[in-house]
Amino acid sequence: MVDQIDTQKFPGPPSPGGGSESVLQTNTVLQNRYRITGVLGMGGMGAVYQARDLHFPNVKRMVAVKEMLNTSTNPQIREATLRNFEREADILASLTHPSVPKIYDYFSIRDRAYLVMEYINGRDLEEIINKASDFIKVEIVYQWAIDLCDVLSYLHSHEPEPIVFRDVKPSNIMIDQHRHVRLIDFGIAKTFEIGQKGTMIGTEGYSPPEQYKGQASPQGDIYALGATLHHILTRRDPRLEPPFSFKDRPIRDYNGNVDPEFEAVIMRSLEYRPEDRYPSAMAMKSALEHVRPSPDSAPAVLGTAPIMHNSAGAVTAPVGAQAAKPSTAFFPSGGSEVIPLWTFRCEDEIRSSPAVVYGNLYVGCYDNGLYCIGANDGKFKWRYATEGGIASSPAVADGVVYFGSDDYALYAVDAQRGRILWSFHTEAPVRSSPRVALGHVFIGSDDGNLYAIRIDGGRRAWAMETGDPVRSTAYVTDDLVLFGCDSGDFYAVDLSGKLKWRYKARRGVISSPVVQENLVFFGSMDWHIYAIALDTGWNVWSYRTTKAIASSPVLDDSNVYIGSSDGYFYALDCKTGRDRWKFETEGQIATKAVVHQNAVYFGSGDGYVYSLDTKSGQLRWKFKTGGPVVSAPFVHEGVVYVCSLDHNVYALTA
Amino acid sequence: MALEPAQVTNNHTLQAPVDTLRFGHGSDVGQGRKNNQDACTAFAATYAAAQGRMSFGLFVVADGMGGHMDGEKASSLCIRVVTDHVVEAAYLPLLTGQDEAPDLMETLNEGVLASNLAVTEQMPNGGTTVTAAIIYGGKIYITQVGDSRAYLVEGRHMKALTRDHSLVQRLVELEQLTPEQAAEHPHRNILYRAIGQSEHLELDNKIMPMPFGARLLLCSDGLWMVVPEAEMMDILAATPNSQAACEKLIAAANAYGGPDNITAVLVDLPDCPDIAEPGPTTDR
Repeated sequence: MVDQIDTQKFPGPPSPGGGSESVLQTNTVLQNRYRITGVLGMGGMGAVYQARDLHFPNVKRMVAVKEMLNTSTNPQIREATLRNFEREADILASLTHPSVPKIYDYFSIRDRAYLVMEYINGRDLEEIINKASDFIKVEIVYQWAIDLCDVLSYLHSHEPEPIVFRDVKPSNIMIDQHRHVRLIDFGIAKTFEIGQKGTMIGTEGYSPPEQYKGQASPQGDIYALGATLHHILTRRDPRLEPPFSFKDRPIRDYNGNVDPEFEAVIMRSLEYRPEDRYPSAMAMKSALEHVRPSPDSAPAVLGTAPIMHNSAGAVTAPVGAQAAKPSTAFFPSGGSEVIPLWTFRCEDEIRSSPAVVYGNLYVGCYDNGLYCIGANDGKFKWRYATEGGIASSPAVADGVVYFGSDDYALYAVDAQRGRILWSFHTEAPVRSSPRVALGHVFIGSDDGNLYAIRIDGGRRAWAMETGDPVRSTAYVTDDLVLFGCDSGDFYAVDLSGKLKWRYKARRGVISSPVVQENLVFFGSMDWHIYAIALDTGWNVWSYRTTKAIASSPVLDDSNVYIGSSDGYFYALDCKTGRDRWKFETEGQIATKAVVHQNAVYFGSGDGYVYSLDTKSGQLRWKFKTGGPVVSAPFVHEGVVYVCSLDHNVYALTA
Repeated sequence: MALEPAQVTNNHTLQAPVDTLRFGHGSDVGQGRKNNQDACTAFAATYAAAQGRMSFGLFVVADGMGGHMDGEKASSLCIRVVTDHVVEAAYLPLLTGQDEAPDLMETLNEGVLASNLAVTEQMPNGGTTVTAAIIYGGKIYITQVGDSRAYLVEGRHMKALTRDHSLVQRLVELEQLTPEQAAEHPHRNILYRAIGQSEHLELDNKIMPMPFGARLLLCSDGLWMVVPEAEMMDILAATPNSQAACEKLIAAANAYGGPDNITAVLVDLPDCPDIAEPGPTTDR
């Protein structure tokens, strides 16, 4: 069984030496009846032409003419390929189903055989997927899935023998001008030679495992349909992934619009063992109809092209289509609908990230002040003045606010009244943010030290000298303190300040690390995001963006999220470092994000605050401030608090 | 910097101390093919001075595919790009100690990714596997694409360190084929990952502590798919000289008909760690 692997599916380059001179010229007339008007595609066996049927002189009746070049010099192979061609013609001629193209004629001329069939005015699914700027709407995919089950069920119940399509994949499925699904290319003759070393890249990915044992069954078509639906919904091309790896890519990890029930149906159709899949295409169709959201809640499916969300999150509907109701709440790209609950203006730029505790918002400002503002109403409560700008983000613990200042000091201030409890002086500006853990405040200074300072009294417990400014905020586990420094060294020291290990990035690490299980994640100015094993300090994975990373990662159960100066916001798989999605902004992303209930929030140098869906990376909303946003948002009780270099603190509905 | 592939003289006959890397290599067209699409690089460098000594090794095997000489051009281009990059970005900085210490796994990956771009651009109809290993500082770093293999050989045991990116291997992993069925499968040569097929390429990485005194074997499928593992182990155990062992392995594949090109690079790992490294240490 070698006929399932088609290495030269069109569109593809003509085989070397085999080709272009063989293609029929426009206006060639075959059988005194079919005038060639163009080439629809090139395959390994020949071309598919568009032609006009001259038997209907008064109307313009177009047909598709599939050509097979029978170039083999071996008479047996020539005979076999011709038989295959006639078999395809006979099968097609016996079928009547709205999703199967009609066949009108077949004939052969010398070394070429021709099949004349209905011309389908539409696009194949591969083209639709490739050209779509974003996910195709789930309601539409439901309809395609049900229609495909219907036609497969029709083929599988064919008498006397079931017809196994064997090659369900996006390029063999067309969506016609009436938005109906059409199966094309019942090609059984394929060109693949055994024994030749080759790759299957670009040719495989949809076939079921058992096909490689020479088994072609209706269950195999069900698998290939599942693979096709998986590709449509995830936008992940299975031909670029290891074969049979759909289970490693749950659909909803990529596309949060897909309901779990739809995902479950597709994943069952992708079971490795045929007996674990649906027993029939009809059974799969029933399952789909059962879980499909009721038509009341689904938008009408009209028009001539699929409705897609574009990357900016706006809904685009083609001309003639009824505007679709988006499945999640989208705001138009202008963002004007996002109205702040309140705004508070400081005297200078805000680079510090806010913290909200017990109804109070604390944030530092370049006007030298640490502000306390009412979180509910944005009313001023108090301001503590230092001698330098405050880039450090405050940490609040047990009624005390801790923060650093460019005046070289770390301050501990009473959170209710804004009175100083103690301060600790370093040798240079303190731009790192404090971490409060285990009775200590850990904070870095531009003097090259990471300090551990006792909460009670502000005395130094130890200092770890690195020699270069420490602007990264330390992460503290049960037994390690983790932080980066401007030299590019990333340190793990134990709780007594003794070095456990050191990882060397190529440029500075301003980014503040986060930890999940045995991995610590951070970004570097060397453009990479690193995942390092906590116990050994060895690199588990790294991911390269296209510019420096000054921002810090955040985590949820499965992803690490981080922005880069290249303007992209990345969601990476924690375990593998593979990108799940990325989102482009117009400015450098220097802020840490925050994750809250399936949404991730961050600011960009383009002045916007973005809210994205964590699963899909789709824009939920964005909000324009008057300047770059370099401070991290804070989410508390359904409100996003964010600050901008435009001097303002904003409270937005999450 | 352009390096001649596989032109490094082997030094197995020298009375070198056992703290250096010694290797043998061989590549043969076999009997079933007209041209040899395999290529390999063996780069072993020793530095010894009063301050200490270090050994650095880079070993690469590539098995090209594609008609019209594209396969051999692809494999040759691949190993030259990888070697060029690793020598420049890893070996020379380590030797001089002038630049920051390189991350060796990343450097090796960068070399392989660069070779992927080079092959994709220059050999659109060609592709290649690549199995590449750096040996340095008590560790072995391996990057793998395709179905050439790296084995660790210790005494009479050998263990594959790489996983084939082949359709049949995947089917075996899913228990859809037995290893025996895979060995006979008509599509056993079909890869799902190779150099020169797509700009998007994922690499398999392995970093392991060096087992002192063991051997590292890199080979193309013309060896491992043809000669039973037990027979390979017999040859390796009986032949301490690494060059002689490579030649015997190739002869064994030819004795089985030599259906494909055969390439083997066998490295004798040092018996003891380096004393000191001239440049700054790498990570940690």
